[in-house]
Amino acid sequence: MTTEAIEVDGLRMRYGANDVLRDVTFQAHRGEVLALLGPNGAGKTTTIEILEGFRTRSAGRVTVLGADPADGDERWRARVGVVLQSWRDHSKWRVRELLAHQGAYYARHSTARRRRPWDTDELIAAVGLTEHAGKRLKTLSGGQRRRLDVAIGMVGRPEMLFLDEPTAGFDPQARHDFHDLIRDLAAAGDTTILLTTHDLPEAEKLAGRILILTEGRIVADGTAEELARQIVGEDEVRWTLHGQRHERTARDSTRFVFDLFKEHGDAVSHLEVRPSSLENTYLSLVHRAESGEKRTESGGKEAVA
Amino acid sequence: MNPGTTALRAGFARGLIELRQAFTGWDLVPQFLWPTATLVTVFFLRDDQFGDSGFDLGTLILPSTLGMFVATGMLLVIQYLTAEREDGTLLRAKATPHGIRAYYIGKLVTCSASILVYLAILLVPGLFIVDGLQFGDVESWLTLAWVLALGLVATQSIGAVLGSLISSPRAAGLMSLPVMALIAISGIFYPSTALPGWLRWTAEVFPVYWLGLGMRSALLPDAMADVEPGHSWRHLETFGVLGAWALAGVVLAPILLRRMARRESGSRLAEYREKALQRVG
Repeated sequence: MTTEAIEVDGLRMRYGANDVLRDVTFQAHRGEVLALLGPNGAGKTTTIEILEGFRTRSAGRVTVLGADPADGDERWRARVGVVLQSWRDHSKWRVRELLAHQGAYYARHSTARRRRPWDTDELIAAVGLTEHAGKRLKTLSGGQRRRLDVAIGMVGRPEMLFLDEPTAGFDPQARHDFHDLIRDLAAAGDTTILLTTHDLPEAEKLAGRILILTEGRIVADGTAEELARQIVGEDEVRWTLHGQRHERTARDSTRFVFDLFKEHGDAVSHLEVRPSSLENTYLSLVHRAESGEKRTESGGKEAVA
Repeated sequence: MNPGTTALRAGFARGLIELRQAFTGWDLVPQFLWPTATLVTVFFLRDDQFGDSGFDLGTLILPSTLGMFVATGMLLVIQYLTAEREDGTLLRAKATPHGIRAYYIGKLVTCSASILVYLAILLVPGLFIVDGLQFGDVESWLTLAWVLALGLVATQSIGAVLGSLISSPRAAGLMSLPVMALIAISGIFYPSTALPGWLRWTAEVFPVYWLGLGMRSALLPDAMADVEPGHSWRHLETFGVLGAWALAGVVLAPILLRRMARRESGSRLAEYREKALQRVG
């Protein structure tokens, strides 16, 4: 049996003549928080739905908690939590009533290490809904509703939790609260979390590791700092020499500037060094994907290295 | 506790919670509207005679309407399935262990219990409005029980089949039109002997007619079978037609419900939302 929470190898998804996922390969270690980052239409939702067992893939090997999600049984399902982008389901139910009901499905999957389900009132307190416990779902605000969605995803104390675009449509305060909630969850360390987002700051804030997905491929995989080093690497250096403006990129900008001064002395003026930023690279990736520019095979691979 | 027990228990719990929700507060108004309107009709027709048979029309109609309400259980199932597929209830069930089975069990409990409540709303006051009902003996209740049981299974499983095939709650709303038409030709409000033969035969293909006939046979004295086609309660045919629909439904419904559940995902839900919001906006 595998010890990784998620193993994806050569995942492909094709709708008709259209390849949505071309060759997705990555792993998630147990207890890790992983963000799948990419522009709209990159294939994030398709990927997460395949992992959730909601969608059948075209090709490739996928295991989640040691089983293929395509034939995950009820026991597997009980170990996986899914936070849905809910809309208005169970609108007449009350918060406490629905959570207690959802919890009941997990009771027979309780183990010595994981007491299932999560105590209803404790869970309601953990997501900050105690004062709304008696309310009907249709009277909750958007942020409260989403916190309830997270609670429903968590009620079975999942070993693997999936969140698809968890903060879409949030105001800044709700987003901030939500991030705190996920970080508390992650701090406990016994839940592997995979979330999708198209927001880089969110991925940086929440995830230990970021996967960048564009055009159906993982083009980068690492911590925020690693990504900045690996795929960006180059700082921007601008200077003026003999009245002429120069600009170039350099991997080791300090060294480059040192050499520049060594060669030209104080003839160099108006020096500017812009450190590489993940954001710039990500934006250019997004831009490339959205403008539909086709990258060559080698161009796609380059970023992975 | 085996997995089946979890689904069964959770299903019944869901069913009863949603039954309570359906009969609470303002939701009571639409729930009582149709049974009450039906009772009012029966009240005004209670002294009218059917032709020269000497039987009161109200007495004929009350048992027939019980059959009609059992048949409308089909519409209830269709409405629930299409609406709850669109709002994400079904997907939520899919993300829960044993959730899909519990969801379907819950729907059957809610719908069947709602129908029983409608029948009680009709029958209890109805007994005081019309004369000549025969409900004192065991045979009446036995007939009522098997017609009701077979009718519930037939109409709800067929409702599940149609509900899984119909694409949206809007389309489901249109389903009430053919059902109304069917009720009109099924001898609910007037004995179908008054209809031309081809209309009668059309009606006799569907469960509504047989549910009405079965209920009349349970609650009316045998002499009143005289106004029926063939001057008989035709129990064998009732059992045959309702049984055939029930069998078809019970075989087809699980296949189609599984297919419906398999197709649900977050992105499909987003599509539904998109479509519904466009309609509103």
